[in-house]
Amino acid sequence: MTATTFEAAHKDAALEKPDDGRVFFLKTEHHPENGTLLGFWIYLMSDCLIFAVLFACYGVLGRNYAAGPSGKDLFDLGLVALNTTFLLFSSITYGFAMLEMAKNRVGTTLFWLGVTGVFGAAFLGVELYEFHHLIHEGATPQRSAFLSSFFALVGTHGLHVTFGMIWLVTLMFQVAQRGLIPENRRRLLCLSMFWHFLDVVWIGVFTFVYLMGTL
Amino acid sequence: MTPAPTSESVLFGKLTFAALPFHEPILIATFAAVAIGGVGVLGAMTYYRVWGVLWRDWLTSIDHKKIGIMYVVLGLIMLLRGFADAVMMRIQQAIAHGGAEGYLPPHHYDQIFTAHGVIMIFFVAMPLVTGLMNYVVPLQIGARDVAFPFLNNFSFWMTAGGAILVMASLFIGEFAATGWLAYPPLSGIHASPGVGVDYYIWALQIAGVGTLLSGVNLVATIVKMRAPGMTMMRMPVFTWTALCTNVLIVAAFPVLTAVLALLSLDRYVGTAFFTNDFGGSAMMYVNLIWIWGHPEVYILILPAFGIFSEVVSTYCGKRLFGYASMVYATVVITILSYLVWLHHFFTMGSGASVNSFFGITTMIISIPTGAKIFNWLFTMYRGRIRFDVPMLWTISFMVTFVIGGMTGVLLAVPPADFVLHNSLFLIAHFHNVIIGGVLFGLFAGITYWFPKAFGFKLDPFWGKVSFWCWTIGFYIAFMPLYVLGLMGVTRRMSKFEDPSLQIWFVIAALGAALIAAGIAAFLWQLFVSFQKRESLLDVTGDPWDGRTLEWSTSSPPPAYNFAFTPVVHDLDAWHDMKKRGYVRPTEGFIPIHMPKNTWAGIVLAGISVVCGFALVWHIWWLVAASFALLLATVILHTFNYARDFHIPASEVIETERARTRLLASAKA
Amino acid sequence: MATHAETPAHDAHGHGHGHDDHHHEGGGHHGTMRDYVTGFILSAILTAIPFWLIMGDVFRSPTTAAVVVLLFAVAQIFVHMIYFLHMSPKSEGGWTMLAMIFTVVLVVITLAGSFWVMFHLHANMTPGLHEMNGTTPLVQPENGAR
Repeated sequence: MTATTFEAAHKDAALEKPDDGRVFFLKTEHHPENGTLLGFWIYLMSDCLIFAVLFACYGVLGRNYAAGPSGKDLFDLGLVALNTTFLLFSSITYGFAMLEMAKNRVGTTLFWLGVTGVFGAAFLGVELYEFHHLIHEGATPQRSAFLSSFFALVGTHGLHVTFGMIWLVTLMFQVAQRGLIPENRRRLLCLSMFWHFLDVVWIGVFTFVYLMGTL
Repeated sequence: MTPAPTSESVLFGKLTFAALPFHEPILIATFAAVAIGGVGVLGAMTYYRVWGVLWRDWLTSIDHKKIGIMYVVLGLIMLLRGFADAVMMRIQQAIAHGGAEGYLPPHHYDQIFTAHGVIMIFFVAMPLVTGLMNYVVPLQIGARDVAFPFLNNFSFWMTAGGAILVMASLFIGEFAATGWLAYPPLSGIHASPGVGVDYYIWALQIAGVGTLLSGVNLVATIVKMRAPGMTMMRMPVFTWTALCTNVLIVAAFPVLTAVLALLSLDRYVGTAFFTNDFGGSAMMYVNLIWIWGHPEVYILILPAFGIFSEVVSTYCGKRLFGYASMVYATVVITILSYLVWLHHFFTMGSGASVNSFFGITTMIISIPTGAKIFNWLFTMYRGRIRFDVPMLWTISFMVTFVIGGMTGVLLAVPPADFVLHNSLFLIAHFHNVIIGGVLFGLFAGITYWFPKAFGFKLDPFWGKVSFWCWTIGFYIAFMPLYVLGLMGVTRRMSKFEDPSLQIWFVIAALGAALIAAGIAAFLWQLFVSFQKRESLLDVTGDPWDGRTLEWSTSSPPPAYNFAFTPVVHDLDAWHDMKKRGYVRPTEGFIPIHMPKNTWAGIVLAGISVVCGFALVWHIWWLVAASFALLLATVILHTFNYARDFHIPASEVIETERARTRLLASAKA
Repeated sequence: MATHAETPAHDAHGHGHGHDDHHHEGGGHHGTMRDYVTGFILSAILTAIPFWLIMGDVFRSPTTAAVVVLLFAVAQIFVHMIYFLHMSPKSEGGWTMLAMIFTVVLVVITLAGSFWVMFHLHANMTPGLHEMNGTTPLVQPENGAR
């Protein structure tokens, strides 16, 4: 039996019984769930793919030194360990900010956000120092495919941290201005995901680029 | 490695008067026509005082319906540009044989085939597909708008911004002459020192931002904003395909963004990713760009499959055969589309093990696609088929797409591909699936949903003229290319030595002429339908006896889509409502919460275009200034917290009363 | 907030918020002090060990060392996901988890696929590569010095 005959058979019967007992309309205001956190998460997943490409490039081209310096010659693991520490600390201080936000305390939330920003700045400072040092030594991004892919991968992560910092400062202003209103809470949660996500990417960077690069 | 410094001025970078194409008569004539036409349109707009309306109701609108219409308009305008390129190529190849040079110099010809490919994929197919999804999906799931209305507007303007940059390259400088994927080392700074590849890169990067964000937006919309009762397995098939397409967009476009960024680093900074020296690998670019490129073709075809599903079930008056299998087939295609990319470069030399893996995955992907064809056929079987225009497109699609699919499976066999790679056989194959699949689907969709968007149907006579011209024109234009490809003729040639080939190219050019007639008939159809809109009026909101929720509201729908959010009990929710004799509520209306229009989208995209233009021409101060302005505007925009308002109940009551009267007049 | 349990996607429709507070955040598990401290300590350990393994030259075979530090990285990524990003099959009705699994699959395809494809390309198309062993570069530099 096709749907057509079914429809014909039941149409008249259905007309006598309006709505067939089913409710077809929501008479109150409909509130779909807010999609911001999920949407932002999906955006982060797409960002993951950008990093995947950069990791793939580093994996394929990362040993093409073109008779130039290798990772073993260049990387200072002590510096990388310091940077990793900064980033890890910034992750937990952001977590503290979130806990304070949950308790609805503007002042301490801002304090921990500020601390997070300081750790982020320290991370960027060390990274800039490292880049400056490498370029000074002649290990420029133009030198070899290895260095091109190294600077692209680590630099893209650094750029993300930079934009995270700009966002953080903007949000601190907004929280100071308007308090922990729902919009600001949602934005802080998005930035929280962004910040922790960058930390996850950094795990990949220090392992795949620095630790394995010095082998 | 750093490119040799050419003479660049501080103020204008590489931009000089020499960049204007005074020496190209074809371009001068085009520019004159565009300029005169443009001034005429702008003058008319000023005369009829539509600027304010345009700005308030369209350009700054965050209504998904208006944004969807703007996407479709953009796609149709760019279709004319892309098709003009196609006609130029067909004419050139039809006359340049046996020593004849034709009328296009090779460098110009190379730009034309590049522009044709780029425009047709990125600025015709993508906007049309995105536009239909934008218009239809929220209506089909019973939502009032998308999850992020502002982002939606911004996404559209970024897509339009990319298109503007491509169009600018026509008159200021040049476009890439590298083919639509700009493989290095040809697209590297040494082989392509001009601005063409830079236009290509920045147009795609700007449009890519829009595409990615609209992907995120629609995924969140479909996941979060479905009407109560609409479980995943009660979603209309078009919404399902839209979900899968947008998942693919979110997962694939970042790859394109990254790989183009690396190419631009090679060109601007002198890095060595894809260079011949210093350890770079050009084939890595090919590998990466096809990781985006193959999912991209499924991004285009999946929504078309969704449109055909809706059309078949509506015009056969039946529930779609095998709904669940259709959904699973779509999901399987989504995942498999990530496992086949190497079949675009079997000849690279990865060897037998790699090639056979990708050959087999490619053949596997034809299984779920074949299942879909059978589902449509079984839906038609013993259905009461109405041969309206959308149904004609669908039937023509089924025949044409099967042919294209089979030549595709042929190309998936690596030894066969070694013979056919880069030949006109390949060109015939992908036009066979893209025209026969995506384009026919888009025309079916546009005809199907046009009355929903504008309140009157399209004139069926001119629709049928357009349909027959397109279908016959397609076969005449592309079957000769299969023949030529099997004879070993390669693609992208501006002239041929062998005069015996000419006849096939002449036939193909005749096919293109017929397709041109099809496009003209389509445009004429729009005009005629507008003229006859009174007699083509759709007062019920449900002109085709539809089955999904978009047909339950008026045509065109009010700004808020649904006065009351529908509650879904079954697949084909609207059909279910009609079958059970639902009663349209006429009282108890409440204020409706809606997002507010915003200037931010068009302004941000405008600044991005300026930034892109400055990057193309190395105008560094303008790059810095526009980027700083962009960042500042984004931050400023985040300080705007007043982003929504309520449509008062009185306005809703008035709108719904008008509809009640209209429905009563239809019954009388 | 911290204890606000996640509501499954479909039951959430129509629970009454005030009109002005329309953009209510999606709820979800935002972690506790205990979560963050546990995550931090585990991360510190999982970072310190691989650094020590490499800086102290603990393994003689670079392949072993590479595999071991990669395993530590994977473990630490899990720790971050659970304790800092609060991933759970329940958050956002399971959609975040689904999105992440899908992304991980695609990342693995992109990385493994590229390595596989490009490795075979180099093996087939680059002369003089067959004497390759674990320590020489994957690809011989094509040119000499600048």
